[in-house]
Amino acid sequence: MAINRDYIGRTFAASEPYEVSRVKIAEFATAIGDPNPVYRDKAAAREAGHRDVIAPPTFAIVITMAASGAAMADPGLGLNYAMVVHGEQRFDYARPLTAGDVVTAQPTITEIRDAGRNVMLTTSTEIRTTAGELVCTAVSTLVERGG
Amino acid sequence: MSEQVTYDGVAVGAELPAVSYPVTRLSLVKYCGASGDFNVIHWNERIARAVGLPDVIAHGMFTMAQAGRFVTDWAGPLGMVTEFGVRFSAMVVVPDDDIGATIEVSGQIEDKLDGNRVAIALTARSGEAKVLTRARAVVALP
Repeated sequence: MAINRDYIGRTFAASEPYEVSRVKIAEFATAIGDPNPVYRDKAAAREAGHRDVIAPPTFAIVITMAASGAAMADPGLGLNYAMVVHGEQRFDYARPLTAGDVVTAQPTITEIRDAGRNVMLTTSTEIRTTAGELVCTAVSTLVERGG
Repeated sequence: MSEQVTYDGVAVGAELPAVSYPVTRLSLVKYCGASGDFNVIHWNERIARAVGLPDVIAHGMFTMAQAGRFVTDWAGPLGMVTEFGVRFSAMVVVPDDDIGATIEVSGQIEDKLDGNRVAIALTARSGEAKVLTRARAVVALP
């Protein structure tokens, strides 16, 4: 089944509020093998100018993937997830995600285009606090491999 | 912790020495749990091979996280990443042999920007393969 081009420009509903927690940040930092104290120790994070422990830069994917995953699973889009690989990823940060932030993620499909036998699908997802502050914009390009 | 790097102390063209980061099957299992990305190709060799892959492969985002760590370690506690982008150009294949694979990251100062920001061009290799291309981070420094 082909990917439905009518979805270009579609913005999906914002995710349920996600609370960034110290425990989840520490778990993520451990999983990527990064011992940096600003991800675990509030005193070290405050010394570096943060309100509380901060998250590693790529932690934002945990939040955007949960939101865009729902969008990608929309049956009307027609994406074959078994054939999908991650093509490109980009983040723009206004500031680091910080423990205690309560944020939502809202994805928009910005582009669907052919690349040889593959199809490239790009989403742009804004992470905002529930007060409306933009913290990070994540742009992901997925590649659906052609058969 | 190394000395805090400053904007004035950085020169365009300067090389950031390579660092090697190991990746094992255990790394991937941990990353599945921490990230919520349980795609079977990252932990199930049988299915990975069935869909045409050579073996279990690392999450692209695991590789990007290693490049991110390279940048934040260099930038120090007062540096802040403002932009970070990569293209995933090759798979990091992770064999089940307790040794796994290695991701080697290096960088070069590409440009000095306004607002005390520095652009870094990044290179990431695993074995012979260049696993990230067009990898670039912008960091605000004190």
